[in-house]
Amino acid sequence: MTAQQTLVAVFAGVFATLLVASAIAALLRWRLAVGAASATIDNLDARIKAWWVMIGCLAVAFWIGPAGVIGLFAFISFQSMREFISLTHTRRGDHRALLWSFFFFLPLQYFLIGIDWYGLFSILIPVYAFLLLPITSALGEDTTRFLERAAKVQWGLMICVYCLSHVPALMTLEIPDYEGRNALLVVFLVLTVQSSDVFQYVWGKLLGQRRLSRNISPSKTVEGLVGGVLTSTAAGVALWWMTPFLPWQAALVALAINVLGFFGGFVLSAIKRDRGVKDWGHMIEGHGGMLDRVDSISFSAPIFFHIVRYWWVP
Amino acid sequence: MVVARLTAAVICGGAKLLTGVRAVWCGCSPEPRRRVYFANHTSHGDFVLIWASLPAALRHRTRPVAGADYWLAGGLRRFLVERVFRAVLVDRTPGAVPAGRNPVHHMAAALDGGDSLIIFPEGTRNLGEGLLPFKSGIYHLAKVHPEVEFVPVWIENLGRVMPKGSLIPVPLLCSLSFGQPLRIAPEDDRTSFLARARAGLLDLAPASD
Repeated sequence: MTAQQTLVAVFAGVFATLLVASAIAALLRWRLAVGAASATIDNLDARIKAWWVMIGCLAVAFWIGPAGVIGLFAFISFQSMREFISLTHTRRGDHRALLWSFFFFLPLQYFLIGIDWYGLFSILIPVYAFLLLPITSALGEDTTRFLERAAKVQWGLMICVYCLSHVPALMTLEIPDYEGRNALLVVFLVLTVQSSDVFQYVWGKLLGQRRLSRNISPSKTVEGLVGGVLTSTAAGVALWWMTPFLPWQAALVALAINVLGFFGGFVLSAIKRDRGVKDWGHMIEGHGGMLDRVDSISFSAPIFFHIVRYWWVP
Repeated sequence: MVVARLTAAVICGGAKLLTGVRAVWCGCSPEPRRRVYFANHTSHGDFVLIWASLPAALRHRTRPVAGADYWLAGGLRRFLVERVFRAVLVDRTPGAVPAGRNPVHHMAAALDGGDSLIIFPEGTRNLGEGLLPFKSGIYHLAKVHPEVEFVPVWIENLGRVMPKGSLIPVPLLCSLSFGQPLRIAPEDDRTSFLARARAGLLDLAPASD
């Protein structure tokens, strides 16, 4: 099968899974007494609807090609950074740093990925933005909580732009015997990590007993985490045929990115907890904001990119 | 008329796109009642954001209160403030205010006409945190119209979108929190009413760093 046919087959499979999920949700709602409301089922419905839209957008992006994937993730980064910065207090002195972040570093990062300049896109934000943005903030002459503010802007750029940009960056890797099939690597990453979120939620609802972390994530349970990570690792192994990995390698890689994905959500929850909010935004009904959806990908994407680059690109 | 309507639609759409504004009605709901919405003032775009977030039916009967000295200077501003926003223009020059041109008088007249108002009791843009001391206009207005509800509205983040002195906005997410309405009580004097209004507004502010 050509890469194109594989992609179509994979998306067909995903849409079929969504159909099953929608059917199950409809069944659960039908079994509910007429007129009774259930917050859980409403939430489930909203989540599944949001998944339809998100998978649809991903499918369209892939259909357009590498430019579509870059454009989609540039938009995701933009919206995520909006949510991140909106919730973390910065002051007037940071205005120019924020302008540089949104209107210079973000587009430049994605442009560099588009032209496949690895040497620059891998260090643009951790080195150049890291050094230049505090300079603009310092020139703003406002020293109140200066270090905190500079760190917040850098974190926003790192998590929302640098880390997420490693997803479309996967398309630039030159893997022998895998030419033209890089889109499948992106699908592997997104499916494995996002399914981890979904399975953690499902296992948590089914078997959840012991709370994981009272302070940071009140609703996550140990059972949900273990069940979710193991199931999604199995799902990753089941997808080994569309990657350049052998099944045992796919298992290890999937385990690594799932564990990191969980910690991505965990760390960002710690930030949310400090601000006293449950979600980063409200763009996606049933899930919260954009950042709530991609926090796990933001932690796993760079590691996945470098694992593949180190072991599979000569 | 059509140009005014079109401009209004463009402005509302633009404001929502730039700020992703979300209106949270925590203390009341968007009913077509006569109200005075009072909010914190951090940016020139404050009243535009509140105005744009109201449902269309309410928006057509809600008039922002704006300073005549700023808005009547220039053709475009006049057009915007008179035809698009239908603002109540008040004279802000302190001191020489002849009888009949009293700001409270204008605002009360607008309320008499069945419209709701959007006012900023701080009087001027607050470039810092928290709230500046309230001016007494809101108290005098409440005394003239004790039956009208005063709804506090907290605007979050707009001051960071385009701070004073900047030209390009940062596309941050703004939120509007509409709180519990308050009415002036017979035993309220200037100090107690202003204190209650101020507390009602501060209650809506999120925890600061």
